[in-house]
This record gives sequence, structure tokens and C-alpha cells, in this order.
Amino acid sequence: MERVLTRNIADDPIPINLATYEANEGYEGLKKALTDLSPEDCESIVKDSKLRGRGGAGFPTGMKWSFVPKGDACTPGHKYLVCNADEMEPGTFKDRLLMEFDPHQLIEGMILSAYTLGADIAYIFIRGEYVVSIERLREAIAECYEKNYLGKNILGSEFSLEMYVHPSAGRYICGEETALINALEGKRANPRAKPPFPQVSGLWGRPTIVNNVETLCNIPHIIHRGADWFRTLGRGEDSGTKLFGVSGKVKNPGCWELPMGTPVREIIEDCAGGMLPGLKLKGFLPGGGSTDFLTSDHLDLAMDYNVIGAAGSRMGTGTMIILDDQTCPVGMVLNLIRFFAQESCGFCTPCRDGLPWTRQVLEDIYNGRGRKEDLETLAYQVKYIGGIGNTHCALAPGAMEPLQSALKYFYSDFEKLIERNSGQQQNVARGQ
Amino acid sequence: MMEALIQTDLASVLTNEETAAIDAELEHVPYKSGAAIDALKIVQSKRGWISDECLTAISKHLEMSVDELEGIATFYNLIYRKPVGEKVILFCDSVSCWICGCEDAKEKVSKVLNIGYGETTADNKYTLLPVPCLGACDRAPVMMVGDELITNLDDAKIEATFSQSLLSEDY
Repeated sequence: MERVLTRNIADDPIPINLATYEANEGYEGLKKALTDLSPEDCESIVKDSKLRGRGGAGFPTGMKWSFVPKGDACTPGHKYLVCNADEMEPGTFKDRLLMEFDPHQLIEGMILSAYTLGADIAYIFIRGEYVVSIERLREAIAECYEKNYLGKNILGSEFSLEMYVHPSAGRYICGEETALINALEGKRANPRAKPPFPQVSGLWGRPTIVNNVETLCNIPHIIHRGADWFRTLGRGEDSGTKLFGVSGKVKNPGCWELPMGTPVREIIEDCAGGMLPGLKLKGFLPGGGSTDFLTSDHLDLAMDYNVIGAAGSRMGTGTMIILDDQTCPVGMVLNLIRFFAQESCGFCTPCRDGLPWTRQVLEDIYNGRGRKEDLETLAYQVKYIGGIGNTHCALAPGAMEPLQSALKYFYSDFEKLIERNSGQQQNVARGQ
Repeated sequence: MMEALIQTDLASVLTNEETAAIDAELEHVPYKSGAAIDALKIVQSKRGWISDECLTAISKHLEMSVDELEGIATFYNLIYRKPVGEKVILFCDSVSCWICGCEDAKEKVSKVLNIGYGETTADNKYTLLPVPCLGACDRAPVMMVGDELITNLDDAKIEATFSQSLLSEDY
């Protein structure tokens, strides 16, 4: 298969500079756009490509862009493009690869996106722990200013763009786009109520587009080679390629670029080499810590947004976490709920108070203090903490996804842990 | 008069270099408190952490209340409101690392350095903190020691990483 996003990233990768990037058709998309294409042309190419956001939600990128007011519809002032490089979804390790080893691909994608949207300021909001990515992106941006790929009147055109790397001070919630905008404004990263959507009123109240690293990395190729070409890359209904990853107790954990629609089995068995000796696959989270478990019955599903959605989960970030038959599913869910309870921003009650309650119940079950009625409590929590619309953002509903599916597929594991509890302990009230 | 004196003293907490770096950030924001996180990071980068005196001085400089800045400083896990050692160990305790045995690895780190989460070694070299997923799950378990990512943690690797500390008289 043709590698697109990782065409400059070898199996044993070394970071590339501007000259190497240019030698492999780098910045050809930008040159083409600035000479031959209007921003409207670029937007319709991206729309036609059917590119969907790679950050987890899978929202069509061209449609997201279409909500940004343009021309006379937009009041005078700045428009912002923000790259969401706050990769912190548990089990996700794809954007790091793209930024560390091919930073110019992301930058070209951002310049093209800003041109399309009419944005004049771009930020890369990146988690502070990605020190190598931050350094390489800053070097690459400096190279671009020297070559006038960034700055005033880029390549002699009317289009100007300033770009900044903004390292974050931490917290998972910053990956939520409105929380990210609050963090960029120097505030606590509480998500905002929507509407207004950031496309209309985002950073400093101005139109703002927030896109994931991998989404933006697709843009140069789509502009350079066209929407028709991009749509042929997928094996199923979705277009393009995707970085898929596997972590957990497999022989060869890693991250690979594959066509959209690649079956789960090929990713786990062919790329990741299958399970370590003596272990069996019990389940997997298809795309990070906030996606529902699937099981060995789902190995032949295609990694397409709608296919995984129809099976009751989400494609999310496309980086799978494997549960083996010797790892306790209750312990795994407890680890995830602990994380989400800790990372709640504390604004909405179901999330702030509900997640620590869920954590407490799971801790009791996992540590041999569980009671039969705890399972009813967990089901109740799934319903109300997970209810869409009960909270400003998707953190709490996302946290409930692995729990609700664990209760569906691994119910007997919960029951066994509770049964192991002695009769004496069952009669003792919790906490005594 | 008294108030003016206190303000002067607070302003002098920040070095000229720190004040200049914060002022450079102010050029990118429409109002001063917009640079709050940047200012905290600038001051922390030189001093390792944000003391009460620094917090108050920054809040004055940015014309915001101390409480508001404290609310921001304590929200973010990479802003430290207590002193930390020369290097902070960010130990990943998220799901892929958990599956691959990070609890044992954390016990090993704690044993080698004789510290738990939130503690600093007696020689002030290391502070141990948990951190959400470090995005290197294919090489789990992992941790960062200062700016360095250390992957595929096992006993030997942990011992090798901290061998300098092990050799010192405190251990």
C-alpha cells in the first residue's frame, strides 16, 4: 500500500529537515494552492475528499470548516487556526510520531488550512511532555520563516500567517477543543457551553478552528493530489489512510499507517504479531481509553467510523488497547475510571462527583469488598454520568464507555470478584 | 504609603529577565491575565516551582487577583506549587502501562529512590509524580526523568537510570 502520512518516516525513523521534506514533494501543495487555487477551491477539495477528523470524534473536516464565517460574513479582526497536539487519550501514541519525525508535513497542512479558512494566526497547542516534538516543530517553523512559507505575503501572495508553538501546562481536559481555547487564553481549562461554537466565537471571541495533528497532516496530500485520489485510498467507506496502533501484551506493539477500513484482525495479528505466548485476546478498546470494549467476535470488522460505531464502540483515535485473558477487566476499567475521575475539570456535577463515586465502587469490587448491589449502582452511574447532555463536554460520557461495555461483555468477571467476598464482609457496611 | 512599599517589594521578587519574558508574552494577548499560564511557566522554568511570593508578584504584574491566579496555577499538573527536586520524574500510570506492569515498576522506582508519589529524594535530585498517558504505549511501561523519556521499564533499566543516585552516600 502507498504510504502517505508516513512516506518520510522509515521503520527506523530519523527526523527530517526542510530540504529533505521539499525533495519529496514537500510544500508542492502549498505552491499549487497559492498559485492556482482560491480558498473556496481548497475548501471544496477537502469537502470532496470526505476526510474525517482524526482526533477521535470523526467529524467531517470540510463541514467543520464550512461553519467559519468568511468574506463579508466575517467581522474584521483575527481568525485563528489551532492544531490540537495535546495527545493524552490513554493508549494513544500516533501524533507524537508525526510531529517528531516529519514536522514540516504538519506545518504545511496548517498553512494550507489557514489559507483556506482565512486565518492569520496559527497555534500548535502541544502537551508539555512532548519536549522532542516541541523542539523539532520550533526548528521547522524557523526554517519556514526563512523560506517565506510563513510570515508576511507568503511566496509573494496576499496571504500572511504567523505560527506559534504553545506548550501546555498539563491536564487531559485541554484536548477538548473549548477547554483548549480557555487554556490558550490563560484560564482554567473548563470546557465551554456550546453554542456558540468555536468556529464562530472561539479564541478571544474570534472565529477559531481546532483540528487534530493527523487531520492536518492529510491536508497537503489532499490539496496536492486531489480528492478523488484520496477517496481511493480507503478499503471501505471511509477515505484516506490512518495511523493505527496496538498496545498491551502483544508480540510487536507499535503504530502503522494503513488504509481506512483495514480489518482489526490484520492490525492485531499481522502488524502487532498477535498475542504474547500463552495469552489469549479477551477484548480490546478500538481507539483509546474512552471507547467501548469489543471482543474476539469483532476481529473481522473494518476500522471504519460507521462500522465500529454500528458494533457499539467508536473508532476514536484508532490506537487499540488489548485486554488479554490474564489481565483483570475490572482492574483495567478501574485504572481508566481513576484516570477520568482525576482529570475531570470539576465543573459539571455528574463528572466531578459521579466519577469518584464510580471509582469507589470499582475499588471496592476489585479489592474484595464488593456487594451484589454494586452492579446495579454501576448500571445507574452509566446511565446518568454517561447521559449525553448532562455535562458540558464528553469526558464523563467517554469515561462510561469502557465501563458500560465491560459490564456487557465481562459481567461474570465482576460477579466472580464479588462472590469471592466473604459473607462476613458483606454484612459490614462500607467504610467500617 | 505602606501599600506602595509592599507592592515594590513584591515586584522585586521577579527578576528583570523574568519580567521581560512575561512582557514579551503580553504582546500576543488582548489583556494581561491572558498571559497567566505563560507567566507561571516562565517563572517556574528558572526556579523549579511557584512560591507564594512569586504567585503574588505575578498576579500584581498581570493585574489579576492572587486567588484567580492560584486557581489557574493549581489547575495544571505541570505547574508546581511546592518545591521539587532537580528533576521531576513523571511516571505514567495509565492503562497500557498498567497492563504492562507499571505498578511493579513504580514500586521499584520508589524502592531505589526511597520516595513515594509527591516526595523528593533526600539529596533533592528527584521528585516522583504520576502523569497521564505519555503517548509511548508501544514501549510501555514508561516514565520521563526530566526531559528524557525512558521506555520499556524493568528492574535493570530503572537501576541503570538512577545508578548515580544509588552510588551517592544517601542510598
